[in-house]
Amino acid sequence: MNGAAPNQGEHLLEVTDLVKHFPIKRGVLIDREVDQVRAVDGISFSVNRGETLGLVGESGSGKSTACRAVLQLLAPTSGSVKFEGREIAGLGRRQMRPLRREMQMIFQDPYASLNPRKRVGQIVGDPLKLQGVASGSDLRRQVQELLERVGLSSEHYNRFPHEFSGGQRQRIGIARALALKPKLVICDEPVSALDVSIQAQIVNLLDDLQEELGLAYLFVAHDIGVVRHISDRIAVMHDGKIVEQGTADQVCEQPKDDYTKKLLAAVPIPDPRESRQRRAGSTA
Amino acid sequence: MSAEPLLSVQDLRVGFATEGGLLQAVDGVNFELRAGEVVAIVGESGSGKSVTAQTIIGLTRSKNTRIEGSVKLAGEELIEADDATLRRLRGEEIGMVFQDPMTSFNPVYRIGAQIVEAIRAHQGEVGKEEARRRVIDLFESVGIPEAERRVDAYPHEFSGGMRQRAMIAMALALEPEVLIADEPTTALDVTIQAQILRLLEDLNRQRGLATILITHDLGVVAEIADRVLVMYAGKVVEQGTLDEIFYDPQHPYTWGLLGSLTRIDRPRPHRLPQIAGSPPSLTDLPQGCPFRPRCPHEFSKCTEYPGLEARLPEAPGHCDRCWLTPEEKRAKRLVEGQIGLEAPQEAPRA
Repeated sequence: MNGAAPNQGEHLLEVTDLVKHFPIKRGVLIDREVDQVRAVDGISFSVNRGETLGLVGESGSGKSTACRAVLQLLAPTSGSVKFEGREIAGLGRRQMRPLRREMQMIFQDPYASLNPRKRVGQIVGDPLKLQGVASGSDLRRQVQELLERVGLSSEHYNRFPHEFSGGQRQRIGIARALALKPKLVICDEPVSALDVSIQAQIVNLLDDLQEELGLAYLFVAHDIGVVRHISDRIAVMHDGKIVEQGTADQVCEQPKDDYTKKLLAAVPIPDPRESRQRRAGSTA
Repeated sequence: MSAEPLLSVQDLRVGFATEGGLLQAVDGVNFELRAGEVVAIVGESGSGKSVTAQTIIGLTRSKNTRIEGSVKLAGEELIEADDATLRRLRGEEIGMVFQDPMTSFNPVYRIGAQIVEAIRAHQGEVGKEEARRRVIDLFESVGIPEAERRVDAYPHEFSGGMRQRAMIAMALALEPEVLIADEPTTALDVTIQAQILRLLEDLNRQRGLATILITHDLGVVAEIADRVLVMYAGKVVEQGTLDEIFYDPQHPYTWGLLGSLTRIDRPRPHRLPQIAGSPPSLTDLPQGCPFRPRCPHEFSKCTEYPGLEARLPEAPGHCDRCWLTPEEKRAKRLVEGQIGLEAPQEAPRA
């Protein structure tokens, strides 16, 4: 967002008409498909190198399903997902494996996304080992560097996840995502489970890492304040569709779509005087 | 607003016996709640805000809990009240709304029946039909559409927002004078959150319902509170009116909280001001001020913890726990640019 010229001709990630429907089945012996949940219903967006696209929406809008469909963790019903110009929609596990180096994910819940029985060194080092990037003492050195890079200490190598606070665990999750030097990191609500004073630390860390490593983020969250802060562009999702897309300032300052307006109007303003004014205005 | 406090909490201390020794979750909290007032208790996880609220209605009582101090409701002491008295007070005098509307109802009973049960447990003379009638009225007053039909629905048939409305309806069923709302909107989407906040505000205005709002979200506080307590590691570090806390905050922790807020109505700063480190463990508090290790303004005096005192002659109700003089505070918080409220100082990033 703060550098890394995005204009290198092609988009890093290009999603066109992505659809993910889940069947609703009824019946005792033979399942009949009676209807579909249109979780993601034809969305298109792109992410350039080194930039952040924020995807906001309320619960049930389909934003998490969209992430999983992009990463092929869920097979899309239809549509195209191109990564560096190459179609990846419909690729199998094995075909996706080399691509996993390029695209990684940071999850919402730092308590559920780290294996409690593995040590930090193993959690962060496993991607390196599985992809055959490093082993032995080289692996250990790389992991320790990563830990320091995300604001932990190399002495944390042999600790277990339960010894860490929520914010520190999220840092471990970030170190794991960065281990393979990806080009794209999908962040699914990375700060919403954290305390207020820790949220800012993690947002700033993501910012710094982007600048340093030229990462592109697809940043998914329901908190439009955080999304605006970190994103270059924002897409607003509602009922499986993208209802508005534009630069962060455009979407927040001159929203065009009614749903976006409603969403923005509902965000509490942490300023009593302005909040009083706004309420006086809305009841008048 | 009457001068006599409805609820008065004095030097409330709550400790839990743990394997690692006594954990002082709440350490000397004082405040008063008057009729028609909304007092917000703000803090992060582990600050003691929820334990304070739960202790007021006796929900933290157990073998391993040490509760000291006094909680008086209209002059009646609650800390030493017996279980029967507390049972009567809960619901009739103090209603409570919890954070998670998913787990606050029993999933195998109809919502209406659960509220009817609550009404009849307290007011045995009320017949089933009449109680049901009252629930329908309550549903209408908290904005649940088709109340007549919804009263017979199961909790899973309600959306999160509707369930939270039903929760508020249940808390109000016996017309309490005090409502304790523990993170009532945290689990909800922003558009639903706005509706629930309006509802709480209307109840407060129309019925004079005094409310204790527990939250970590200063945006929510700005929308609804009259007075604010900021808690950190079991102690109140600052308290005052809403405007005092937002426009003349005295404690560096409050500065940090206010500074780290993202605003959609302001140009964004290049970096989000952040508070370094993380909250201390309650079993291993640093000597003196518990915020000291994270505070950029720490100095020699901070190894001793100051009392919660009014330090501004013009605002006797505005108290804080920080050794800096008011002049030093004014200078420091501006230099740091951490108060994003008075003047946006930073240019928007390119």
